Amino acid sequence: MSSDTGGPGGGGVAVAEPAPDPAPQGFDQRHDTSLLLRVQHVLHAQPTLGPLAVLVIAVVAFSLLNERFLSAANLGLVLQQVTVIAVLALGQTLVILTAGIDLSAGAIAVFSSILMAKLATDAGLPGPLALLLGFVLGTGMGLANGLLVTLLKLPPFIVTLGTLSIFFSLNSVVSKSETIRGSAMPGLLTWTGDVIRVGGFNLTYGSIIMLVLFAAFWYSLRWTAWGKHVYATGDDVEAARLAGIRTDRVLLSVYTCAGALYAIGAWVLIGRLASASPNVGAEYNLDSITAVVLGGTSLFGGRGGVVGTLIGALIVGVFRNGLQLAGVQVVWQGFAIGLLVLAAVAIDQWIRKVKA
Amino acid sequence: MTSATVNTVAGSPLRALRRSRNLRFAGVASLAAALALSACGGDDAGSGSGDQPIVGLITKTDTNPFFVKMKEGAQQAAREQGVELQTFAGKQDGDNEAQVQAIENLISSGAKGFLITPSDSKAIVPSLDKARQAGLLVIALDTPTDPADAADATFATDNYQAGLLIGQWAKAKLAGKPAKIALLDLDPNGVSVDVQRDQGFLEGFGVDVKDKTRIGDESDPQIVGHDVTNGAEDGGRTAMENLLQKDPSINLVYTINEPAAAGAYQALKAAGRERDVTIVSVDGGCPGVDNVKNGIIGATSMQFPLKMAQLGIESIAKFANDGTKPETSEGKDFTDTGVELITDEPQSGLTSKDTAWGTQNCWG
Repeated sequence: MSSDTGGPGGGGVAVAEPAPDPAPQGFDQRHDTSLLLRVQHVLHAQPTLGPLAVLVIAVVAFSLLNERFLSAANLGLVLQQVTVIAVLALGQTLVILTAGIDLSAGAIAVFSSILMAKLATDAGLPGPLALLLGFVLGTGMGLANGLLVTLLKLPPFIVTLGTLSIFFSLNSVVSKSETIRGSAMPGLLTWTGDVIRVGGFNLTYGSIIMLVLFAAFWYSLRWTAWGKHVYATGDDVEAARLAGIRTDRVLLSVYTCAGALYAIGAWVLIGRLASASPNVGAEYNLDSITAVVLGGTSLFGGRGGVVGTLIGALIVGVFRNGLQLAGVQVVWQGFAIGLLVLAAVAIDQWIRKVKA
Repeated sequence: MTSATVNTVAGSPLRALRRSRNLRFAGVASLAAALALSACGGDDAGSGSGDQPIVGLITKTDTNPFFVKMKEGAQQAAREQGVELQTFAGKQDGDNEAQVQAIENLISSGAKGFLITPSDSKAIVPSLDKARQAGLLVIALDTPTDPADAADATFATDNYQAGLLIGQWAKAKLAGKPAKIALLDLDPNGVSVDVQRDQGFLEGFGVDVKDKTRIGDESDPQIVGHDVTNGAEDGGRTAMENLLQKDPSINLVYTINEPAAAGAYQALKAAGRERDVTIVSVDGGCPGVDNVKNGIIGATSMQFPLKMAQLGIESIAKFANDGTKPETSEGKDFTDTGVELITDEPQSGLTSKDTAWGTQNCWG
C-alpha cells in the first residue's frame, strides 16, 4: 500500500519523479542476481523442476548402487507399483490446488473397490454395470465431500476427516472384513492388472489408464477455463469470487472429480491385487498427499500441477524399490521419504517468497 | 443481542424479549430433562441386564478378520455360558489408548473379567494391574503380555512354533535343493508376532538366527532379503516384486500371514515364476486354506482364534462362579491353543493335516 504523497494543497503540484527506468538490460545491473535468487525465480516459474531434479538424481544414484535398477523390467515395475497411488494423488492434486485437502482418498478408493466387487459377485450384476455403479458411488462420495465443504462451509480437513471414518466404517460393514477373490469376479474388473508389452516395458492397462488421466487433467488444468478457475480459487478464494468466478461450483466440481478418480483408482487396485480387500490401503491417503507435496504443488493452494504429482509418486516408488535393491533396511525407507517431504515443503515456502 | 431484535416484525420489543426468554427457558429445561433421562437410562450396560455377569473382549482392531472371527467365537461362547459380553477395539494396530479406556470402562461397570489381545504388550500392563487389583480376571489372547504374568492367564498361539513348523516343512519340501529365501514381514516395528514367526521359520529351515528377538540380523547367504507388507495383499505384492528384482532366483517365500501371501503370489504370477516358487504362511483363515488347496500357498500354520475366545470366556464364567483361576500349559507361561500344519504335500517326519480337515476347522 503506497502512502499518499499529496500535500495539503492537493496533488496539483507536479512532484519531480525519478527518471523512468533505463532499458530493461539495465535491470540485472541494479538488482541482486545471486545464483540463489535466480534459482528461486526459475523454480517459481516452473514448480516441477525441483522434483524432476530429485527424481533424476535418485535414478542415477540407485542405478549406481545396483545395476539391476535401471533395467526396463525394473523401471516398468516401479511404474506399476506407483499406479494406484498416482491415480489417487491426481484427485488429491485437484483438491490441494484449491487449498483444500482430502483425507478420505484412501477410504473412498477401498470402499469403492469393495462395492464394485460386491455388486459383481453377491448382487450378480454384469461386469460393466457393476463397474459403472462403482464409479457412480465413488463419485457420489466425492460429491458428498464437496457439498459439506461448500454448503456447510466446513474446512476440508475436518470434513474429510469425518468422511474418512464414515466410509471406512461402512467399508467394514459392507465387506464383513472379507476379501473377494478376483476369480469370482468378471474379467472386466481385474482387467486393469493385465499386462501389455510396450517397447521393452511391461505396462499394465491400469498404468496406461493412469497416464491417459494425467494427460487429460494436465490439459484441463492448463488450457481450459475450469483449470484457470481452479488455480484462482486456490490462490485466493475471495479474490476469485469477487472476480466473478463461481467458487462454490469450482470446489464442488473438484471434490466430485476427485471422487471419480478415486473410484478409477479402486478399479486399478482390484487389477493389481486380483481381489478386492477391505484391509488394504491403510496409508493411501497419506501416500497420495506425499506424492502431491513432493511434486511441488503447494499445500496452500494455487500453485503446482499434475505433472509434479506424477513425479512425486515416482520418487516414492523409486526410493522404495531402489533402497530395497541397495540392501538398505526397510525402516530407513520411511525415514528417507520423511526427509524428502520436509525438504519439499521447505523449498515450497522459500519459493513463495520470491519478489516479483 | 443486537439492536435488530428490538425492532422485530412481530411487534413490541417487550413481547420479543419475553419470547426469547421463554425460548431460552424451554431450551434449558429440555437440556436438563435430557441429561436426567440419560443419567437414568445410560447406566443400563453397567448394572448388567439382570444377573448375568459381565465379560469384556478387547481386540486390537475390529476390522482384521482374525479379530472379527474371535469376536464371533466369544459371542457364541458367551451365549452358551450365560454371560453378557461387551466388546471393544482399538482403531488400528498399536492403539493402546483405546484399550486402556476399555479396561477402565469395564472396571467401572463391574465386569467380572475380560479377554484382551494387547496392542502394546508392555504399555497395557499398568491397566491390567489396576484391573486385577479391582478383582477382575485378566486373560490375554493371541499375544502374551510383557511380562507374561501380568495377565492371570494367556491363551495364545505359540507363534514361534507356527513359524518353526512351516520352516521345517519348507526344508523337507526343498529336499536339499539350494534355497533362495525371501521373507515378507509385517512392518518395521518388530512386534512380537512378527519376530517370532520370522525367526521360528528360519530356525525350522536350519538357518542360524543369531538373536531370536531381532529380525534381519542373520548373515546366511540363502536369505535374499526382508521386506514389509503391513499384512495385506498390496504390501505383499510390492514387497515380493522388489525382492524378486533383487534376486530373480528366489524359490522360497515366507509370509507373515495369508493376505500377504496372496499378494506375493500375484507378483510371482506376473513374473511368470508362480510354479517354481514355494510360499509358506501362518494363519489358517478359510481363504488361506483355500489357497493351500489351490496350490497358491504350499503350507500354512493354522491358529485357532475361536478356541482362544471360547477357552477365555469359559475361564471367566468359571471364575465368576466359584473364583477358580485357569492353569497354564506345561513348560510355558501361557496356554497353548495349538497350531496345526495344513498342507496337501505332507513331508515325512512332520505331522500335518490336509486341506479337507483345514476347510472344516478354518476361521473366516
